Amino acid sequence: MIKILVYVAIILTALAIGYLVRVFELASSLKGKKPEEITDKDNRLQSRLMLLFLFVFFAFTIWNLKSFIPKMLPISASEHGVTIDWLFNFNMAIIFFVFTITHIALFYFAYKYYGRKGNVATFLAHDNKLEMIWTVIPAIVLAIIIIFGLKSWNKITQPADPNSMVVEIYAKQFDWTARFSGADNKLGEANYKLITATNDLGLDSTSAEGQDDIIVKNEIHLPVGKEVEFKFRSRDVIHSAFFPHFRAQMNVVPGMTTMFHFTPTITTADMRKNAEVIEQYKGINAVRAKRASIIGNGHNDFKPGDEKPVTFDYILLCNKICGNSHYNMQMTIVIDSEEDYKKWIASKKPFYAKAAPEAKAVAQK
Amino acid sequence: MSDNHGHHESHGHDSHGHHDEHHHEESFVSKYIFSMDHKVISRQFLITAVIMAFLAMTMSFMFRLQLAWPGEHFKIINFILGDKWGKDGVIEPGMYMALVTIHGTVMVFMVLTGGLSGTFSNLLIPYQIGARDMASGFLNMLSYWFFFLSSVIMMAGFFIETGPASGGWTVYPPLSALPQAMDGSKLGMTLWLVSMSLFIVSALLGGLNYIITVINLRTKGMTMTRLPLTIWAFFITAILGVLSFPVLLSAALLLIFDRSFGTSFYLSDIYIGGQALEQTGGSPILYEHLFWFLGHPEVYIIILPALGLTSEIISTNSRKPIFGYRAMIGSIMAIGFLSFIVWGHHMFMTGMNPFLGSVFVFTTLLIAIPSAVKAFNYITTLWRGNIRYTPAMLFAIGLVSTFISGGLTGIILADSALDINVHDTYFVVAHFHIVMGVSAILGMCAGVYHWFPKLFLRHMNKTLGYIHFWGTFISAYGVFFPMHFLGLAGVPRRYYSNTAFPMFDNLVDINVFITCFAILAALVQVVFLFNFFYSIFRGPKSEQNPWNSNTLEWTTPMENTHGNWPGPLPVVHRWPYDYSKPGKEHDFVPQTVPLAEGEVDGGGH
Repeated sequence: MIKILVYVAIILTALAIGYLVRVFELASSLKGKKPEEITDKDNRLQSRLMLLFLFVFFAFTIWNLKSFIPKMLPISASEHGVTIDWLFNFNMAIIFFVFTITHIALFYFAYKYYGRKGNVATFLAHDNKLEMIWTVIPAIVLAIIIIFGLKSWNKITQPADPNSMVVEIYAKQFDWTARFSGADNKLGEANYKLITATNDLGLDSTSAEGQDDIIVKNEIHLPVGKEVEFKFRSRDVIHSAFFPHFRAQMNVVPGMTTMFHFTPTITTADMRKNAEVIEQYKGINAVRAKRASIIGNGHNDFKPGDEKPVTFDYILLCNKICGNSHYNMQMTIVIDSEEDYKKWIASKKPFYAKAAPEAKAVAQK
Repeated sequence: MSDNHGHHESHGHDSHGHHDEHHHEESFVSKYIFSMDHKVISRQFLITAVIMAFLAMTMSFMFRLQLAWPGEHFKIINFILGDKWGKDGVIEPGMYMALVTIHGTVMVFMVLTGGLSGTFSNLLIPYQIGARDMASGFLNMLSYWFFFLSSVIMMAGFFIETGPASGGWTVYPPLSALPQAMDGSKLGMTLWLVSMSLFIVSALLGGLNYIITVINLRTKGMTMTRLPLTIWAFFITAILGVLSFPVLLSAALLLIFDRSFGTSFYLSDIYIGGQALEQTGGSPILYEHLFWFLGHPEVYIIILPALGLTSEIISTNSRKPIFGYRAMIGSIMAIGFLSFIVWGHHMFMTGMNPFLGSVFVFTTLLIAIPSAVKAFNYITTLWRGNIRYTPAMLFAIGLVSTFISGGLTGIILADSALDINVHDTYFVVAHFHIVMGVSAILGMCAGVYHWFPKLFLRHMNKTLGYIHFWGTFISAYGVFFPMHFLGLAGVPRRYYSNTAFPMFDNLVDINVFITCFAILAALVQVVFLFNFFYSIFRGPKSEQNPWNSNTLEWTTPMENTHGNWPGPLPVVHRWPYDYSKPGKEHDFVPQTVPLAEGEVDGGGH
């Protein structure tokens, strides 16, 4: 019944608007005006709206920058990330400059040159000099952008230092598993055909390098200041390992191994003391606290505990659509001091723990 | 009609042309349904695209509600999706992915490729070059009906048990290849592939027709450098489509083989659903290369026609020649050429050789140069004009703004080093929606308002047009501008909900803000829909040349005659942009007016 009433209301409203438009059109044609004709008055009004839009748009942009920048990713926690942030800001400065001058020109001209009866436009078909200027200047600016960009890109994608620590990140629907390469810093062989309920990663038990490999889920620790070379494997579909705080990302593709390496520079503990991060997490916890009264009322996704305050953590998340639970595929990363890391890794047992002494012997050879 | 094409080759001197057209009565079916007339086909494309756009917008409306208020119950979602996918008014995660996927596919292909090119290439190519119809009316008719069929099959996914495809509009394998991976990779994915194959057939039939018509059927005097920029844009667009769509077809075919016949073009070393698959040796990256070899030209297939329409509308309504006509043609050609050698910038993060990445950085950033030339030329065309603010003109100026702001963020994404941290985040969503989605939609709206008198012989209501423009333009920026910041905060795209990550908790305000503007945008489109359908039947009748325009379509009578011109075809004497030329009586000189003695064509005076 209500549905029918809603339909009827919609149809009646449409009809009413239709008649209003009709009446308006008839009225203006009675006055001797053609309703579709664009009058000087229209031109003036629209040109003023154009100018008004320019101001509102710039105000909106400034408001966006002011209120959203504090919520952006905090300071880069990796060595190369600092370069990326610098490059980003450099390009952004150019972009904002061009954005501002082109928009001022566009909307100011749109305002200034509105049509008036009796006015005649200037017949100007082309101007080789002007056109040359705005071909050459963008070309030079782009050359600068390309040079800086590729310089950073080449540096970031250089092969990893041979002494860097090798860690495998293994993806499947919908979680991450890490495999530390152990004392020999070499990952053992694996094959997807060896995957069983107890051998999630398909490790090859005959591989000597694999005897000391350590498998970790949910949360991994890494030492600060040491380059880590990640090797990525996927068991099922394409995933993407995204470490936003480290400005690092690499797709994880079944059938091949991809790589990315970076050096963490700030421990989790230090990051939690960063003024910017403290401020951000004040905001986050304020939002969370407000949920206390609405959790469990069935009108939201929040689970008990979602109202509790949290502290900063580095995170690894999936950034390539991988199935229905793509939105919740994560792993916590803790950056430790060298000693803390050693303590943590010592507390983990290799996957082939029983064979550990044997593996050591192999490694020593 | 069929006997006329011979005449066109002699540049249309068929003065005895169309006296026989009234003799054969046409049935309703042959006139309006299986019509071979470019004007009718154009209207069929437009109306289908408007309906598809409305459906795709409804999908975005639903997932925007979920993003702003995750888990909240909305009766309207239950009303649309039913109890299976919208239980208690909450979208089921798989359906969320499906909505995102079909929204993207429909918008990119059905609305902004089929709808935009199909409507305006069909309408304007014969009209503006002075031809009686397309080179092949029959292929043109087939092109529409393949498009229609493909649209229906694309939507059919919503009426099957496992739901539509849900791997994102790029449908990367192995996700899309493995039915075990999710429901959306079952029958819905097959429908997606069938629909896309039919769409490609439609795009190829249309594109070949446009190319042949522009090359062969130009009327006497219509040299390539006297073509309106609309035609140049449609022409290059059609070439891009003909060269790139077959590659997508091959990608789709190989995917069909992998899905249904056990081949392994894209599959290797996969363990899923508790078993190790036999397939080895394939690579999903191959699919990405094939897909983006179409995918990147595709975005220019979308934006170039919109830019073409804008060129014409800005020049006509500024009462000034388009600034730098030849530079504009050169830019269109440069963009078209470069669009084929930049596809790798979608794949910086796939682990491809970093040097290859560098090459794609270089070629991609080169595109900024012709794009900048176009933007500056539009702005200069406004300078010292006598601007008449039709709703179409507002939309065209809006396009220049979004083309610039969206294009500029492309500089960030083209820079591989920067792409590392914004790849696949909301920054990308913001970028491509502004530069390609919003710009092309604004261009399409501009075209609809400007050529409505040619499409339906009537005018649309101007006041509702103004409301439509300002509502759309403001809410487009309201929706997509803040999305850049979500991306810079690290929020990935295609997430059903951000509640699993405490670090995103303080961004919920931005999502609410965006959704409010999305709702406003949707409401304003209802105004447009009303104006559109109302004006088709009741709008004020238009004069022959309502905008005092120079191009040939406005020299045809205001009735839908078969063959466009009742008498001989018009003869062209000048370029199309003689607006406000000094020494002329009016501020426009149609292309059919002979050059005066000593008058220089093409912008000299």
